[in-house]
Amino acid sequence: MHHLITYLADAPWITFNTGAFSDQFWASTFDGLTYGSIYALVAMGYTLVYGVLQLINFAHSEVFIVGVYATVFALNAMGFGPSPVYPPMVVLIIDLLVAMVAAMIASGLTALILERVAYRPLRKRNAPRLVFLITAIGASFTIQYLIFVWRGGSNAEPATIMFVPDPVFEVFSTIIDSQQLTIFIAAIVLMVVTDQFINRTKFGRGIRAVAQDPDTATLMGVNKERVIMLTFVIGGVLAGAAALFYLMKVPQGASFNGGFVLGIKAFAAAVLGGIGNIRGALLGGLLLGVVSNYGVTLLGNSSWTDVVAFVVLVVVLMVRPTGLLGESLGKARV
Amino acid sequence: MTSDEIIDLVEMVVLVAVLVAVGKLFQRSKASGRLGEWWNSKSRVEQWAWLVPLIAVVVLIPVINPPFLTTEPGTNFPITMFNCALYALVALGLNVVVGQAGLLDLGYVGFFAVGAYVAALFTSPDSQLSKIPYLWTLPLAMVVTMFFGVVLGTPTLRLRGDYLAIVTLGFGEIVRLLATLMPPLKGNVGFQDVGHPPGTKADGGALFANTNGTPWYMLTIGIILIVLLLVGNLERSRVGRAWVAIREDEDAAEMMGVPVFKFKLWAFAIGAAIGGLSGSLFAGQVSFVNNQKFDVPTSVLFLAAVVLGGSGNKVGVLLGGFVIAYIPFRFTALASYKYLIFGVALVVLMIFRPQGLLGARQRLLARGRQAYQRLIGRPEQLSSDSSLVAEKAGDSA
Repeated sequence: MHHLITYLADAPWITFNTGAFSDQFWASTFDGLTYGSIYALVAMGYTLVYGVLQLINFAHSEVFIVGVYATVFALNAMGFGPSPVYPPMVVLIIDLLVAMVAAMIASGLTALILERVAYRPLRKRNAPRLVFLITAIGASFTIQYLIFVWRGGSNAEPATIMFVPDPVFEVFSTIIDSQQLTIFIAAIVLMVVTDQFINRTKFGRGIRAVAQDPDTATLMGVNKERVIMLTFVIGGVLAGAAALFYLMKVPQGASFNGGFVLGIKAFAAAVLGGIGNIRGALLGGLLLGVVSNYGVTLLGNSSWTDVVAFVVLVVVLMVRPTGLLGESLGKARV
Repeated sequence: MTSDEIIDLVEMVVLVAVLVAVGKLFQRSKASGRLGEWWNSKSRVEQWAWLVPLIAVVVLIPVINPPFLTTEPGTNFPITMFNCALYALVALGLNVVVGQAGLLDLGYVGFFAVGAYVAALFTSPDSQLSKIPYLWTLPLAMVVTMFFGVVLGTPTLRLRGDYLAIVTLGFGEIVRLLATLMPPLKGNVGFQDVGHPPGTKADGGALFANTNGTPWYMLTIGIILIVLLLVGNLERSRVGRAWVAIREDEDAAEMMGVPVFKFKLWAFAIGAAIGGLSGSLFAGQVSFVNNQKFDVPTSVLFLAAVVLGGSGNKVGVLLGGFVIAYIPFRFTALASYKYLIFGVALVVLMIFRPQGLLGARQRLLARGRQAYQRLIGRPEQLSSDSSLVAEKAGDSA
């Protein structure tokens, strides 16, 4: 055993590149915030469904990847491709908005179908929790391999470049480009809108009521089934938006199992912030994005980001399983 | 779809439909009860007298090579049978976690991988570690994976079951990533010439060559039998009763004084150990280990084996493991659709037949009651429910 330990420890398989870390500290912070806002958008889907049904919707990562495919096809139809095109600003914005709407519809529909076909029959039967989880993983698997069969293999779609990032301004002598800014601002706006929707509108009150106590909410005249459908659709729509931003950041991101790892990271983000808590998802997403980006800079290989995210998840579960802001959609402040 | 694919699809659907229908009819009819009565009224010795010839037939299957089962000329039949047996062993291990204790482990392939790497690191000439005989890596792999199981289970098993599912899912992926990222584990290059048990054939070649499936199959069946005995004994002991209690209602079990966390950790660790054991068997037979074979889809296949066979029923999961491994070999035109098929199967099974082919029996008080009823000459009454079937009322999940 001792031999094994020295064997694994002596080999230079892990090196901490502190020089690169201090040089690129701000660059990796800003990039981390960009990725983090994507994680946060996806994490919202996990958190909303969990808040209402206490179910980890494993297939949410596939809801997201369907959105990525929709984005790719919408953009390709509008003439975007592997080499950048330079339409006028207004046209570009309209094109991107159209692609985003397409992704939102595709993802929202996927989430809705998933709810109807896979989860609803189980809810009617009062199935045990384990059954829901197994169904969720089965559904996730089914969607992945439907894409696999449809696209004829595991190859990712060719890159789709939306625009070439331009530098916008400088902070701490680090350039912030238009891409980072777009993603970050758009994601924050979407999340604030969702938060307000949940906290201020009648539908939002319904969601919170069902999250608190489904039976009482039903007795008070809330249509539980409709609330559940709405929750899935909102999660799906946000995942669709995230899909556009993800593709902006990772132009070759459309592959059949590309959602899987992002899904685990988004879930880790949701747990970090406190699952079931919308503002927690935002905080957790941004934090996880930054932390796992630091991990990449420090360890010098982008594959480590998944490992770092996973370690963060386990550490949070060990130290503070309710997350930073505590779990509960029902108790969301009004 | 080509005509080959259609023929295979039809054959497979017929096979599965027949299995499900037989299972269902059997459980609905009185035959099931009568067979159960008959079986349970036998003494232990008589049960064994029936089992021994059955086991002999199972052991000799690759030699008999029955024409309706054979996968030749596509795949060598003994190799297919070894894979089936391996999946059955994996399903048996995962069943301890999912079926007995009701914990969803989606990263079982992680333990499988750890077991395979233990075998590779300690026997392959590509590794710089000191070598030990192959057979010693089997218990070593169990110890190492048990350790991993405890490390992973300690933080997560205290929480609600859902967290375990996602943490294990992540674990399965991380093991694969680490195998890629850590140079001592050799990533894609992998380890050649993993060891095998001693023994030579008449012509001087190694008995356990990787082209020769039959001895590997028989070894695996032997191990399955040992594991069945051990797991069966656990199931009938205080530990097994604690597992069922936890599976059915964790809070109630806790209140009745069952140390829930301790027994969940035990189930998880024991399951992990069996996963590691099957991983090192796999490494030995294939004789090559790299980072490509331990992806999360394989984990889901393992889960599908347990769920299809009947979560919580030892015989059921053996059958499930067998079917899951057998289908891609037998219906080769469908092999590229196997993940899709099993993904759909999981959803459909959960909706229409959550207890799988053979449902689990709830034997909370089985041991004492069985002994008593054998004394008074009447068999035990068993219900054939499963942890996956909802109670008639009141269970709000």
